[in-house]
Amino acid sequence: MKRLTAGFVPLAAALLAFVFGAIMILALGANPVDGLAAMIDGAFGTSDRVAATAVRATPLLLVGAGITIAFRASVINIGGEGQIIAGALLSTAVALWIPGTPKILLIPIVILAGLIGGGIWGAIPGVLKAYASVNEILSTIMLNIVAIQLMNYLLRGPMIDPVEVGTSRIPQTQRLTDNAAFPTLIEGSRLHLGVPIAVIAAIIVYIILFRTPLGFRLRAVGHNPDAARAAGISVERNIVSALGLSGALSGLAGVILVFGSESLRLVTDGGSAGFTGSAGFNGIVAALFGGLHPLWTIPSSFLFGSLLTGATELQRELQIPNALAIALNGLIVLFVVSSDKVRTFLNERLDRSLKGDS
Amino acid sequence: MSQFFTVSVLLATLATAIRFAVPYLLAALGETIGQRSGVLNLGVDGIMLLGGFGAYYTVLETQSHLAGIGVGIAVGLFMGIVYAYVTVFLHAEQGISGIGIFLFGLGFSDLLFQELVGTPKPIKPLPTLDKLPGVGGIFEPLIDIPVVGELLFDHNLLTYFALLLVPFVTWLLMKTTFGMNVRAVGENPQAADSLGVSVAKTRFIAILIGSSLAGLAGATLSLQLAIFQHNLTNGLGFIAVALVYFGAWQPRWVLAGALLYGLVTATRIRWQSLDIIPQSASDIAAMAPAIITILALVLLASRVRGPAALTKPFSRH
Repeated sequence: MKRLTAGFVPLAAALLAFVFGAIMILALGANPVDGLAAMIDGAFGTSDRVAATAVRATPLLLVGAGITIAFRASVINIGGEGQIIAGALLSTAVALWIPGTPKILLIPIVILAGLIGGGIWGAIPGVLKAYASVNEILSTIMLNIVAIQLMNYLLRGPMIDPVEVGTSRIPQTQRLTDNAAFPTLIEGSRLHLGVPIAVIAAIIVYIILFRTPLGFRLRAVGHNPDAARAAGISVERNIVSALGLSGALSGLAGVILVFGSESLRLVTDGGSAGFTGSAGFNGIVAALFGGLHPLWTIPSSFLFGSLLTGATELQRELQIPNALAIALNGLIVLFVVSSDKVRTFLNERLDRSLKGDS
Repeated sequence: MSQFFTVSVLLATLATAIRFAVPYLLAALGETIGQRSGVLNLGVDGIMLLGGFGAYYTVLETQSHLAGIGVGIAVGLFMGIVYAYVTVFLHAEQGISGIGIFLFGLGFSDLLFQELVGTPKPIKPLPTLDKLPGVGGIFEPLIDIPVVGELLFDHNLLTYFALLLVPFVTWLLMKTTFGMNVRAVGENPQAADSLGVSVAKTRFIAILIGSSLAGLAGATLSLQLAIFQHNLTNGLGFIAVALVYFGAWQPRWVLAGALLYGLVTATRIRWQSLDIIPQSASDIAAMAPAIITILALVLLASRVRGPAALTKPFSRH
């Protein structure tokens, strides 16, 4: 019975968001049934589109899996955007530095660089929270802004494609060597190595959280920091670990966004969404929708990936701006957190991380 | 650098700083009221985006700034009702609900912009005092007063409104019954409740005032810039939330923070336009508000205590 209600809440939230989506499509002068058909067709219509959906879901899954770690440890990580960028910047810099390295070495190296970049960007608010009582909601958001400007600076200056310097000055790096490209899994399809990496990462997160002493400590700190402290667990160190791990996974998402992209380069539009596609925020939605469980975040991310690819088709076929997907994500967040089940859960787990901080 | 340190350039930079500070100030003052009642609204950026679009589109269609401002406030009010319902009555976790409001505002403002406008079309700028229909003539000579004329009088009415709001919010919070209720439910909702203060009603009203001001802040931003585009705020609303912590929940310190951020931004843009610093240094300097905020949080976190019940939902049992 408990399992049934747990599944019911996100489904009800999705259904409600669907109704709102239909109303919006109607208000924009299109037929909602055509809209839904276009979205399903866009997300699953051909095997290529299923592959594109999986690719779109990948960063959401990685960010979302990281979010489950942070939230289970009662820290709220809203810094996914910045951590994605940090991982992308460091891994791209490494790839530009050692372009000739054989693929078999280069890909693990850039993955490691991305994990480190995102991990550091996540650990900073962790240290600030643990040792200086700085509210992590605020610090992660501020670090998003810092990362975006750092990316703008690097891509307009030190890391810019030399070809762009004399011409249009598009803020992007040069195309990376093919050695660095994530191999595709099926010939001619966009499905690349990043997709299984993300799924494996989510499974590892599950194992860490529920089958290792580290995960036990993280959850203990999230559940009751005073009791955890009394049991000899360092609350401070686990807060840093939670945010560091969470950030590392987002950093990996940044690696996949660069090395799995068709253009095979890091490019910015001056904001963050141009590069991340708001994955840092959408990953939170996917994790919440997956009940803050790393394994449920896998199908949940795929669903949100399909919402994104579906919205692209909606724009192409019915001229409905794909920003609809982001608006719907916002509504889904509101519906999910309003619902009783998740509400109790979140209040129990997260309340502690927020109160008292200033 | 020498071309920056001339009286006229310095004064113009200060005047710009005041103008830039206004959206921060309006949003942060609203957020101060909400947080004093114990509710963190992280959706300010989304409310600003939607309010900013509403105001921009209204002016584009009707040419009336007043109507645009009204729409901006109304949009803020409406989103405040949603947020207040979700957090006060459904007891939803505030930080996450705010992200929901933000994403909705980000997506929906972009959707409406693409659907209704398409490519950015400029609107007529907000009139400064001397351009006000009817009374502008009175202010025209004042602007020509040497040194302080431009600094004090070359602004639009929203700037003066925002500055006057600082003492008003202080008065509202410290001297009125409503303000005392707000502080009571933010510090100790159980005690306030037992004395007959309605926690839900007080927080609801505080959130509505805050979100209306966020809507107005968005309207101010788009009308000042006389343009709208995707993600116009670029995180400004989030910085406004941080400003409340920065200002230790005191309107006058919130004002100081807003002016500081305005000054940092105005100086950066002025230096870039004068070729004192290249674009690359300007990108680095654009990190300043976020970094200043983090440093301020580090310094203040252990010294200043916020409302005790901040982010805690209240239910009577």
